[in-house]
Amino acid sequence: MKYLRRALKTSIELLLGVAVCMRHQENNLLIPERERGQAHKRRRTSEPIEIEDRLESLICRVGEKSTSSLESNLEGLAGVLEADLPNYKSKILRILCAVARLLPEKLTVYTTLVGLLNARNYNFGGEFVEAMIRQLKETLKNNLYSEAVYLVRFLSDLVNCHVIAAPSMVAMFENFVSVTQEEDVPQVRSDWFVYVVLSCLPWVGKELYEKKDVEMDRLLSQIEGYLKRRVKTHVPMLQVWTADKPHPQEEYLDCLWAQIQKLKKDRWQERHILRPYIAFDSVLCEALQHNLPPFTPPGHMPDAQYPMPRVIFRVFDYTDAPEGPVMPGSHSVERFVIEENLHCIIKTHWKERKTCAAQLLSYPGKNKIPLNYHIVEVIFGELFQLPSPPHIDVMYTTLLIELCKLQPGSLPQVLAQATEMLYMRLDTMNTTCIDRLINWFSHHLSNFQFRWSWDDWSDCLTVDLEKPKPKFVKEVLEKCMRLSYHQRIVDIVPPTFSALIPADPIFTYKYPDESASSLPGYPMSITVSNAIKNRASNEEILTVLKEVPNPNQEDDDDEGESFNPLKIDVFLQTLLNLAAKSFSHSFSALGKFHEILKTLANSDEGKLHLLKVLYEVWRNHPQMIAVLVDKLIRTQVVDCAAVANWLFSQDMAHEFTRLFIWEILHSTIRKMNKHVQKIQKELEEAKDKLEKQQHKRRDSGDDEDMDKNSEDEEGQLEEQIERLQEKVESAQSEQKNLFLVIFQRFIMLLTEHLVRCETGSVDISTPWYKNGIERLQQIFLMHHATIQQYMGTLENLLFTAELDHHILAVYQQFCALQL
Amino acid sequence: ASQQLDTFSSTALKLSLCSRVGKFDGKKTERQCVAHKIYVKKHIIDIFSVLIFLIVYHKRSPRVGKFTEDILLNFLKFSNFFCHCEQVHELFSKSGDVKRIIIGLDKIKKTACGFCFVEYYTRGDAEHAMRFINGTRLDDRIIRTDWDAGFKEGRQFGRGKSGGQVRDEYRQDYDPARGGYGKLAQQHRPTEVRNSF
Repeated sequence: MKYLRRALKTSIELLLGVAVCMRHQENNLLIPERERGQAHKRRRTSEPIEIEDRLESLICRVGEKSTSSLESNLEGLAGVLEADLPNYKSKILRILCAVARLLPEKLTVYTTLVGLLNARNYNFGGEFVEAMIRQLKETLKNNLYSEAVYLVRFLSDLVNCHVIAAPSMVAMFENFVSVTQEEDVPQVRSDWFVYVVLSCLPWVGKELYEKKDVEMDRLLSQIEGYLKRRVKTHVPMLQVWTADKPHPQEEYLDCLWAQIQKLKKDRWQERHILRPYIAFDSVLCEALQHNLPPFTPPGHMPDAQYPMPRVIFRVFDYTDAPEGPVMPGSHSVERFVIEENLHCIIKTHWKERKTCAAQLLSYPGKNKIPLNYHIVEVIFGELFQLPSPPHIDVMYTTLLIELCKLQPGSLPQVLAQATEMLYMRLDTMNTTCIDRLINWFSHHLSNFQFRWSWDDWSDCLTVDLEKPKPKFVKEVLEKCMRLSYHQRIVDIVPPTFSALIPADPIFTYKYPDESASSLPGYPMSITVSNAIKNRASNEEILTVLKEVPNPNQEDDDDEGESFNPLKIDVFLQTLLNLAAKSFSHSFSALGKFHEILKTLANSDEGKLHLLKVLYEVWRNHPQMIAVLVDKLIRTQVVDCAAVANWLFSQDMAHEFTRLFIWEILHSTIRKMNKHVQKIQKELEEAKDKLEKQQHKRRDSGDDEDMDKNSEDEEGQLEEQIERLQEKVESAQSEQKNLFLVIFQRFIMLLTEHLVRCETGSVDISTPWYKNGIERLQQIFLMHHATIQQYMGTLENLLFTAELDHHILAVYQQFCALQL
Repeated sequence: ASQQLDTFSSTALKLSLCSRVGKFDGKKTERQCVAHKIYVKKHIIDIFSVLIFLIVYHKRSPRVGKFTEDILLNFLKFSNFFCHCEQVHELFSKSGDVKRIIIGLDKIKKTACGFCFVEYYTRGDAEHAMRFINGTRLDDRIIRTDWDAGFKEGRQFGRGKSGGQVRDEYRQDYDPARGGYGKLAQQHRPTEVRNSF
């Protein structure tokens, strides 16, 4: 046995020419990230585990760069696995099912492998198919819809490898499409089943049509009927641009349908997909095929979370790649397959940007397509995806930087070209996407010494500075400054751009010196300043502040505890002035005088005024405002609703279109959401603990002492649960109130504008309005999961039929997203 | 015992950082960084890259509080001594909400000497920083991040003999943003001048 093992080992190494060592573990995706680094520790463990790991490694690495051809590697691996089937069958099944689910970009490599195994061992083929069906049911039950797509696609490609009989595959598709006949289900459910069927056709359409053309025609016409009667209210909310030129932003099912139509017209000739099984046709066609068991799609469950609809992002067409291979047209199936594969690569490798970049750039078949253009388009498509990108924004920035490093001679130019094109189309770009573009572009520039041909964009200087283009440049420069310093920005832009340069982020003090002596708060500011410098206690300072006259007050007053704007003004201005040197100083200040601040701001008006003063002193340094507001919320000096009211107040109206306002608002909403989630989690944990306690008591028997103790504990837990329940309810009520405040303010502002325009017979579409209505959309999009809970209240109180239809449309589009 | 952390400027008014780093629900939290679980990666001391960071993740011990708060510190070293808290905050906020930044100081001069700790609220955010901010540039210099074993008072000071970072003791090249030559090289230079005649 041992000799056989050694012989196998040598043959593996010979055949595949790969030094099998534990380093492979580091790239092995089936092992969780944390364990990969410890792979070397396993070297000394028992042989069977070694063999299993080696099998996993071999299977995962097949198809990658190798000295031998893919076909010979597959042949060799099939031989090795066949020999290992008697002892490691379940492990091999598990690995193959996993790669089908997790490595979709190598779909055809693994289907070929399964095909070869099936040809050598019919029973194994049958067991694999059964395992796949089980896995498919599991993924659907667990809302893992994108993985389910990959599994179905894998099964459909197995038809090409003679593992599954075509008629049984068609039958499965028919069952999927019959979901469109279901009533009272969300549209996104039937959407998904149609999407799965259509997205498999590039791989298997030809084969299925050859065997079952009548059934396929019927299937396609059923799909066509469904697509025609689908509701598409949601589409405008998901489009990156509001204009249809130069590229229409198509809904994803419409685009795919057009691509499949074209494929059908081309008689299902598809030339892009790599199909290793063709080389093995003589072997595979001898194999016996299996029938898929009849698969009924699981019924709709109320907690099912189907994928949201998407819009296909296009920025390039075939005229944009100046030399080299031509980009496939937007309705060609090649475009779909390429984009799908690139999305899969990013999905698999997004956590390791170097690997991801390398994998993207070594895309098979790259010589026939303008790969750099596809990559850039796919990456931007994900970055701008609405409601939110599939992965964290900063990943895309570093991925693009990595790609530029690997292809310094070609990719930066494509990226620059794309940036230029995005700039040109800013006028119709969705505000949320512009935000992301600003963040991406400034971060990218900061990695390349801020080098950019700003003069190319001097057209933005000739228009109203509130228009999208100059606004974009202004916000980019502000973000660039945050990543460097003011003088740097002054140096990098031409002098003509001086109007767009951000303000020097300095503190603006109301009481700097004698020149302010006429102001009512001036003398007190000196006193307070000295008190702080002399390390007076909080009580002492409060006593000092009592002397501040209240401009609002009647003569017969109480302790002076009511809202005194001048007191707040004097104290906060003085304190922040002393602490203006850095973030750390300001945080220290807020921390040390927390009690005083809480006292001063113990009413709604107080909180509002506090924020107003904060803005006044730091209006040139939006970043500082944001971090101080964050601290004030976290230390409960102000609450979230106060911040929302402040941002929408008349005093801040002139800043309403600036990016920092919305960053503060969204950060505030996020803090509120996290707070609620945290308490809910505490409640769940306490409930679990109680349940465990109760189980223990039941199982432990009749020990009197134990009983008494555990009863006490249970009583304590129940009390705790009650308290936490109250906490959750009050937090949720605060959260609901926050959203109500925000939406109410939006409605007031937007309605005012619309009414004014109507009475003045002026066009409503000013830059301000576009910003405003899209910011409202943004609230829905960025916090859709939380807002879903409060739909009933929103509909009853705010988004009623009496609302202006422009505003109501946003609400209706949002509702349509999950229907 | 609550710890006071002085701010880092030797010139401006010294304001003491209150020990009450407020939690969202207003509970008092002492800055007791009890390391329950420590992930410590090997230092990546790379002579050619400019920065070394350490990131820390430590869970509050169950003895201390009812709730666990993930406190994560990125300890990062700058190449440029003049990097400011604000730039660091802006950059590291891209991977999640930053809780706190502590600038590393020269032990003797008490000025910034090119490293700092960045603390997050959750482990996931620190992981994102390791994945996507590590190895990119801040102020034109590559920065590196690594896991750290927890910030304790006193760790913000450089441990080189001259008060700055250890790597600046041995640096041979001239880097104006890092105070000129390395400390050892500076000691040797007078000899060279004498020999030039």
